[in-house]
Amino acid sequence: MPFLELQSLTKLYGDAVAVDGLSLVVEKGEFVSLLGPSGCGKTTTLQMIAGFLEPSAGTIRLGERDLTRIKPAARGLGIVFQSYALFPHMTAAENVAFGLEMRGVAKSEKAKRVAEALTLVGLAGLSDRYPRRMSGGQQQRVALARALVIRPDVLLLDEPLSNLDVKLREEMQVELRQIQRTVGTTTILVTHDQGEAMALSDRIVVMNRGRVEQVARPTDIYRAPASTFVANFLGKINVLPAIVTDGVVSIGASRWPAAGTTTNGAASVSIRPERIIFSESAGLAGTVKSRIFQGHHWLLHVATNAGLVAVIAPNDGRAIPDENAEVHLGWRADDMALANSERAS
Amino acid sequence: MSTAEITGGGRTPWLLAAPALLLFAGIVVVPIVMTVLLSFHDWGQYKGIETVITLKNWREIGTDSYFFEIFLRTFRIAVLVTAISVLIGTPEAYILNRMASPWRGLFLVIVLGPLLISVVARTLGWALLFGSTGLINVALVRLGIIASPMQFLFSETGVVIGLVHVLVPFVVISVWASLQRLDPQIENAAVSLGASGFRVLRRIVLPQVMPGILSGAIVVFTLAASAFATPAIIGGRRLKVVSTLAYDEFLNTLNWPLGAAVAVLLLIGLAAIIVGSNRLVERRYAQVFR
Repeated sequence: MPFLELQSLTKLYGDAVAVDGLSLVVEKGEFVSLLGPSGCGKTTTLQMIAGFLEPSAGTIRLGERDLTRIKPAARGLGIVFQSYALFPHMTAAENVAFGLEMRGVAKSEKAKRVAEALTLVGLAGLSDRYPRRMSGGQQQRVALARALVIRPDVLLLDEPLSNLDVKLREEMQVELRQIQRTVGTTTILVTHDQGEAMALSDRIVVMNRGRVEQVARPTDIYRAPASTFVANFLGKINVLPAIVTDGVVSIGASRWPAAGTTTNGAASVSIRPERIIFSESAGLAGTVKSRIFQGHHWLLHVATNAGLVAVIAPNDGRAIPDENAEVHLGWRADDMALANSERAS
Repeated sequence: MSTAEITGGGRTPWLLAAPALLLFAGIVVVPIVMTVLLSFHDWGQYKGIETVITLKNWREIGTDSYFFEIFLRTFRIAVLVTAISVLIGTPEAYILNRMASPWRGLFLVIVLGPLLISVVARTLGWALLFGSTGLINVALVRLGIIASPMQFLFSETGVVIGLVHVLVPFVVISVWASLQRLDPQIENAAVSLGASGFRVLRRIVLPQVMPGILSGAIVVFTLAASAFATPAIIGGRRLKVVSTLAYDEFLNTLNWPLGAAVAVLLLIGLAAIIVGSNRLVERRYAQVFR
């Protein structure tokens, strides 16, 4: 059953199109990420859902309600801002209690729910601290507790982890996912960090220039990106020129069976570097140009007559070809994605 | 370079600071000390200033209700001006801060405009408006709001209006500065939690700009209590405040020691109020804003 439904949502600034006819259906309890580079319209979309920006066209529906023209204060959504936007003159508990106060929740219940929310985010002992005396991670948790305590229909997260350092960000990702699973609130996350989107989401919406490029589960979007843009945005990928003739894909001098039905002619093939293996004789021939050790894996660049190919080899004890070594690159036919030449750039 | 040179032991810092210290001492400390000493000297109609130490001037200020009345009036005017300036200046700053970009700059110039015009010219302008046949009275009578012209000139009301006009910009600047420090998302955060516009202002914005309001109020209070031109022109001879009193003692009566005592008392009073309210602000908001 659709829970949150965006229909041809559009935002224009003069002649500039910030969001261009975005349609999206989010199920109840789902965690969906809006992922894209800055200026792709993801934050504008979030602001329209929150009600801080009025859409130029399109509708926003939540369950049975049409939210499009409803004031932000009446939407009942929980929002975590990039800057956290905590109230600096209130303690952590007062910050969390604010939304309940605005709803006229009775004093005893208010205290109970504030304590619950602070415990949920692991801040039970810090309820009397002022935000200024808290670390970035703690402020982040207060912001999350403040958004969740009002039991919102939808939780909106605007780049919530971008101000934290890498280690803390990874910890918070795990925790955020756990908390979201516990309370089961439908969540929309805006991020430019593909790792964060893949780690947290049930589905990812990749956006570019105000349009949706692809909507899919993280594993699917990574395995089968719908466009070169999506492929490049989510991790490293090799895009090689190819020619399709009657179900056979020719890349350089190598031949591969084409998966699925394909039209004959010029095409491009995308393969993730970690799906490529070295083989003795079969596959695409080339010369190792460089190899870089990166701890849990090696990154190699192999010059072939189809262009430079990046290969990621796990550091699992197997021998890694030296620089200038002649190698053959192989992969399973399932691991390559075929696209028309027009879409490749 | 040796460590001693870096840590700067010895005379070097003093030598470097000496020009500024000398200037400060020459134009601030020495005149104040001399004024304080002057306030303890004696004065007589025919003998002039006598360099003896006496408490006569202080006793006179302490016992004569004439002085008490003037100090009380000055305090009352300063408090009123401060309160009205805060009530006008705070919303003004908030509205300015929310304006779109071309208008904001324009209106800021208009708000700060009074500071660009000479106090004397501006106050004489008010005197023209305030007269019994001035624009304000004529308009009020014609509109039937009042039956006969009101007394603005030589009245506390006139002085308060004139001072508010001059001093509101100081509140606007001060509140504006603290509004700039507000997280731009914080109002949205409050709104998303279900707060109405009024509650956002009262519960979220106001407490955060309070230090700005208070520091603006302190500036306005001190300037209003020590203002000279506006009370002199609009208040005239009849409605004396402390600064016009000191001026008259110095230049009309020529009783310099008494004038000095009045000036010193004003200085002490203002210093006490500034330090006191500063302490209050710091204690109240240290936890949150520092």
